[in-house]
Amino acid sequence: MHRWGMVIDLDKCSGCQACVVACHAENNIGIIGPEESAKGRTISWIELIPYIEGEYPHIKARLLPRPCMHCDHPPCTKVCPVNATYKNEEGLVAQINYRCIGCRYCTTACPYTVKYFNWYAPQWPKEMKGSLNRDVSIRTKGVVEKCTFCSHRLLKAREKVKAEGRDLLPEDYIPACVQACPGGAMYFGDLNDPFSTVSTLSRERRAFRLMEDLGTEPKVYYLSEGM
Amino acid sequence: MDEKHLNVEVVDSTLREDAALFEPIRRTGKSFYITLLILGVVILWAVWAYLHQYRDGLGVTGLARPIFWGVYITNFVFFIGISHAGTLISAILRLAKAEWRRSITRSAEVITVLVLFFGVGNILIDLGQPDRMLNIIKFSQFQSPLLWDVSSITIYLAASSIYLYLPLIPDIALLRDYGEKWRWFYRILSLGWKGTERQHHLLEKGIAFMAILVIPVAVSVHTVVSFVFAMTIQPMWHSAIFGPYFVAGAIFSGIAALIVAMNVIRKVYHLEDYLRPVHFNNLGILLLVMTLLWFYFTFTEYLTTYYGGEPIHMAIFWSKFTGRFAPYFWGMFLFCFIIPLPILSFKRTRTPMGTLIASISVVIGMWLERFVIVVPTLTNPRIPGEMVLYFPTWIEWSIFAGCVAFFILLYMIFTKIFPIVSIWEVREGREKSMAEVQERIRTYLPGIGVE
Repeated sequence: MHRWGMVIDLDKCSGCQACVVACHAENNIGIIGPEESAKGRTISWIELIPYIEGEYPHIKARLLPRPCMHCDHPPCTKVCPVNATYKNEEGLVAQINYRCIGCRYCTTACPYTVKYFNWYAPQWPKEMKGSLNRDVSIRTKGVVEKCTFCSHRLLKAREKVKAEGRDLLPEDYIPACVQACPGGAMYFGDLNDPFSTVSTLSRERRAFRLMEDLGTEPKVYYLSEGM
Repeated sequence: MDEKHLNVEVVDSTLREDAALFEPIRRTGKSFYITLLILGVVILWAVWAYLHQYRDGLGVTGLARPIFWGVYITNFVFFIGISHAGTLISAILRLAKAEWRRSITRSAEVITVLVLFFGVGNILIDLGQPDRMLNIIKFSQFQSPLLWDVSSITIYLAASSIYLYLPLIPDIALLRDYGEKWRWFYRILSLGWKGTERQHHLLEKGIAFMAILVIPVAVSVHTVVSFVFAMTIQPMWHSAIFGPYFVAGAIFSGIAALIVAMNVIRKVYHLEDYLRPVHFNNLGILLLVMTLLWFYFTFTEYLTTYYGGEPIHMAIFWSKFTGRFAPYFWGMFLFCFIIPLPILSFKRTRTPMGTLIASISVVIGMWLERFVIVVPTLTNPRIPGEMVLYFPTWIEWSIFAGCVAFFILLYMIFTKIFPIVSIWEVREGREKSMAEVQERIRTYLPGIGVE
């Protein structure tokens, strides 16, 4: 059984936000305009957050790309009253958008604040409507959404592999953000495979995860020298 | 109907004695309809506001990421808290055989049943997809504290409705026999009550059973409401004290709401003889105890946080004490403690008017308390982000006003259909309990020939 995980090398990350843009295009994320954005209603499945450690003058600040952590012990799935968010057998924390009642309990329970709510129905400029991704369903107003590790790509890859009669290879399933990273700072793969890139990197000296003390067991690892 | 007609109808002489209690049902004045009209306008305004929200989405509120919960969730906790006035207080007083309860239990129990709808209602108003609310039943996931709420509140609503209804039966029978309107309606609801010895025995048994049952249910309700917050790992929510803290706060705000309601009924329906200063004095003492208990819990909660001094908690702590939420926090402290404490401490000020002022203050303070629990934690998430401020919009305030207005409206209508003071219980008190109490006191005392 696969256990999908991600590694982000902060020493290589330049903070260019290509991952953010790629994610927006791939996952049909609505464009809400500057006014709503100023209110804090931007949806951004992966987001660069300022990660500050220490205090002046010994301060260390980083920009840290933050997708969903796809925790092994997700605090969000426990609180969902209707099972609209759950962890599947491959470790992906999934959302069922058409089942979500919009109570926003999962959004408040997530310590990483990776979940977003559709305050209004999602909108796009006319010109962009033609380029929406057909593999990803469009959310309605009033539901929660978040990073899925582009699980639609996994579905597609599975079908392709089946048609070709072979096993799933690491390069068959890669999320849009990882694919788009120009610095090659992001890795994706099976953490259960001891020889996969992510698995090896996750055991590296530089590896750490966000808020490990909470016991959520995130499957997103960060690499950083001296952090 | 004129006075003469009534006199012909009245067979029972005691009916005349408690005429004041039939009066609200018999006669409806102009001021009632004017109030009804005003409340109706407020409710319609709120409905219009909600339709806005329903059409456009929750974007019309002031909510944003990461402050996903605001006024609606505050209202939910607040209204469910108010509901603890009735059934719980009434049950405890009944079980404790507190004789002064007789004229106040009904008005308390009605609050519970009616206000619960607004507690639940606010959760539904808060949903992004209210059309899908039945998914809660279809896809129930019992690991979620919200499901515990649903179960607990459903049982509570059922139990307190029965608990309101049972002591109503003899009064309904009175209205069936001596009333002037809707006799068919009272005939159905009175379930063939004739007031026989056996019926009385069964009724008392039923009431006693429900009184005992309803206490653990009521405690569970506000405990699981607190669990919605306490079960997450968010700073200043993840607290073991939240269960009892919320229950105490609920009873606190509940008693206050009851005192306000009693004051209004007393003035409007001229029930000074039934709701006497002694009732307000006694409830005032109860409210004083809850004031102190509230302070104790609040003090413990914040001292523990402060002493531990974890940065993630302290960010929220200081935002309440000196930061952005200081006006709310100190407002809460003023209304929940500083204003009511001196008023309730002295017998001289524990008058109907004094307790009314203290109670209004407590009700406002407890709403602020719920707000101060919900919003500051969400404003300071563990992952730093853009600072987002939450200001409720007119839609949220309108819906809140609509809920309050709707509650008052339903309460008013109730007083027009059923006696708001339990007639048979007051009578029973007059006829039987003098002797009973004397007998009971005899059993307490040594040397008075009772084995």
